Amino acid sequence: MSTSKQKPAKKPNLKSISNTSPNPDAEEMKKLYRDMLLIRRFEEKAGQLYGMGLIGGFCHLYIGQEAVVTGINSVQEEGDTVITTYRDHGHMLACGMEAKGVMAELTGRGTGYSRGKGGSMHMFSQEKNFFGGHGIVGAATALGTGLGFYHKYSEDGGVAVAYMGDGSANQGQVAECYNMAALWKLPVLFVIENNQYGMGTSVKRSSAGQLYARGSGYGIPGEQVDGMDVFTVQAAARQAIDYVRSGNGPYIMEVMTYRFRGHSMSDPAKYRTKEEVDAMKENRDPIANIRVKMLEEAGVNEDELKAIEKEIKEIVNEAADFATESPELPPEELWTDVLKEVVYS
Amino acid sequence: MPTNILMPALSPTMTEGNLAKWHKKEGDSVKAGEVIAEIETDKATMEVEAVDEGILGKILIAAGTPNVAVNTPIAVLIGENDNMTDIPCVPQSPTPASAKQADPSASLRSAQDDKRMASQPMGKHVENRDILYAQGVVIEPPPFDEAKFFQSTKTQTVREALRDAMAEEMRKDGNVYIMGEEVAEYNGAYKVTQGLLDEFGAKRVIDTPITEHGFAGIAVGSAFKGLKPIVEFMTMNFAMQAIDHIINSAAKTLYMAGGQLGCPIVFRGPNGAASRVGAQHSQSYASWYGHVPGLKVIAPWSAADAKGLMKAAIRDPNPVVSLENEIMYGQSFEVPTDEDYIIPIGRAKIEREGKDVTIVAYSIMVGKALKAAEALAAEGIDAEVINLRTIRPLDRYTIIESVKKTNRLVCVEEDWPFAGVNAEIAALVMEHAFDYLDAPVVRVNAADVPLPYAANLEVLALPQAEHIVRAVKEVCYR
Repeated sequence: MSTSKQKPAKKPNLKSISNTSPNPDAEEMKKLYRDMLLIRRFEEKAGQLYGMGLIGGFCHLYIGQEAVVTGINSVQEEGDTVITTYRDHGHMLACGMEAKGVMAELTGRGTGYSRGKGGSMHMFSQEKNFFGGHGIVGAATALGTGLGFYHKYSEDGGVAVAYMGDGSANQGQVAECYNMAALWKLPVLFVIENNQYGMGTSVKRSSAGQLYARGSGYGIPGEQVDGMDVFTVQAAARQAIDYVRSGNGPYIMEVMTYRFRGHSMSDPAKYRTKEEVDAMKENRDPIANIRVKMLEEAGVNEDELKAIEKEIKEIVNEAADFATESPELPPEELWTDVLKEVVYS
Repeated sequence: MPTNILMPALSPTMTEGNLAKWHKKEGDSVKAGEVIAEIETDKATMEVEAVDEGILGKILIAAGTPNVAVNTPIAVLIGENDNMTDIPCVPQSPTPASAKQADPSASLRSAQDDKRMASQPMGKHVENRDILYAQGVVIEPPPFDEAKFFQSTKTQTVREALRDAMAEEMRKDGNVYIMGEEVAEYNGAYKVTQGLLDEFGAKRVIDTPITEHGFAGIAVGSAFKGLKPIVEFMTMNFAMQAIDHIINSAAKTLYMAGGQLGCPIVFRGPNGAASRVGAQHSQSYASWYGHVPGLKVIAPWSAADAKGLMKAAIRDPNPVVSLENEIMYGQSFEVPTDEDYIIPIGRAKIEREGKDVTIVAYSIMVGKALKAAEALAAEGIDAEVINLRTIRPLDRYTIIESVKKTNRLVCVEEDWPFAGVNAEIAALVMEHAFDYLDAPVVRVNAADVPLPYAANLEVLALPQAEHIVRAVKEVCYR
């Protein structure tokens, strides 16, 4: 993964990070491995169900990017809020939403998180502080800034983690929100998941300058992070969230990552070469790499990993069964949930 | 155990494709995620990836086969210990996709046919009266004894009434805050927020940069967590910058979340023409916002309307758009002093009872309709004037009952005519009071042009009392 050396003219705490984070202990590594593997296997299963026609519409898989949300989520605190765009299944699972409910939403069933009315791009959990799941590119950044506004207004000590893609980063409202978040010192961690392609357009063809430096004019520190290594993401996120939680205002993490699959299921992916994709899968797979690391450096044995893999397989299979066996909503539910009831006293 | 590899659907609309090429041959081992074949659809050539690991035991559909239906078994994947020589096609269970797929028209049809739900409305169905209307049912709006509040009143401008409504609700609920351009230190571009900064401080009365899209999104995000923002747009024209958040983020989220996550928020600002401010500052948006399920849209005329509706809007758990009027801000009316004076959203008010013709209007046009009614009275025509107060949900009941009495209808609005609120009301009356009409409905709208600057042309473009008088005479055949 290339990390940029380019520095903007002024220096408000912009850095491209090195890969020298201390490794967590074996138990922590197993937890990260488990969380990433759950996303990977869940997404593979979702792809499979899509192919069988059980999932419809758009379905954007997170395969390859698992280290990003897993690393950041691992250092969040209870009460922190999370929001993202439409490549969102991984974020839901990382937030602790149940695989069964997410998969059932993908199959459009009444047991899904949005009771089948939202689909892949629109799921929410107030209980887990996950606020979507938004299909309009750039919108989640403003909404996430609003979550940060809530944390500041309510003085609850929380931090909003607002994810966007490299595509979102060029939306006007993102710049508007950098300005207001900095102006009002809102506790927002802006995470740009730079998977290098906004649909089929590479960052090189869409974006001038460096995305992590886009906040520099507003005095927002920015940092580029290797997103294919979960320990690096974790270490950077820990520092960034500390900074934000301490009342310093927002922070931008540009996490360099890669999606192994197409933009959505129907993406012929002719904008990048097979060699490029294969090289990333071969050398930078965050899950394969942590597995090797645990075995070779952390004294974890193969049986322990097999046990995790078995557990994950069971969770995902159970989710798929649940999602395919659950009933759809009855027809009259077409009409519900448009407005909340008002009681006039 | 052998498993079938099925012809995958690779896009939302794909039903079949050509199996262009196999990348693997029988006997090859495959890993999950590995490309095994290529498929051509009418849009693109796509790669098929294996979802499981195993050995490609048998290819069932040869490369070059056209028009292979989705879910057809195209190969059999076997485990390492399975016998390669005897591989039947695994018996197919009924295709999951087709088995599970509901008839797309079923829900609509049943909702239209099934009047049981309509005749026994449950709570959430009542709140959304538009839904009942879609099923052919018009119900009476919530009861409201308005007269009792008018025993004690004070004279106020619309501007003051709006300010008092916000201040009262802010005193009551610490989660209510107001944000917008010039709302705090400047005391409001039109002085609607006068004094709020002094009373509530900068935490709750927030000046924003000129950045409507961004601050609308921030407000909506904060409402997801339970704050109750009032977003002031300096004029509703500028809210076009923010309309994505009003509609996609605020109005649709409750539904997209299956009822789990709501958005209690008020978007407010002056709407429609002011006085010679040109086309970009003069548009009326009743039709735009009224179009959207998940939004409520209010359009106060008097100061009492403004007070009672604004308080209802702030207390409402749903997103509400308040379409105010700059010219009305300075006009004075009697306003109830009782702080519990709250006008239920979705109730029209009969401002003037009459028997010969119904005039339906909202916002500034109510005053013009009343003026027209006075002129008509002098000519012996007794007009009933309905102040809609709410655009969505529309008080269809009051309109229909009035037309059943008068048999004639003129509807008046400052919006453009095409696909406007007037057109909706005309359709409503056609559907529910057709047999009562003694004349075709006549609409009075702004001219179908961007609003001109020149004084003489602006007057010509906007509905005036004389236009209403003329329209009433037309439906009365006078």
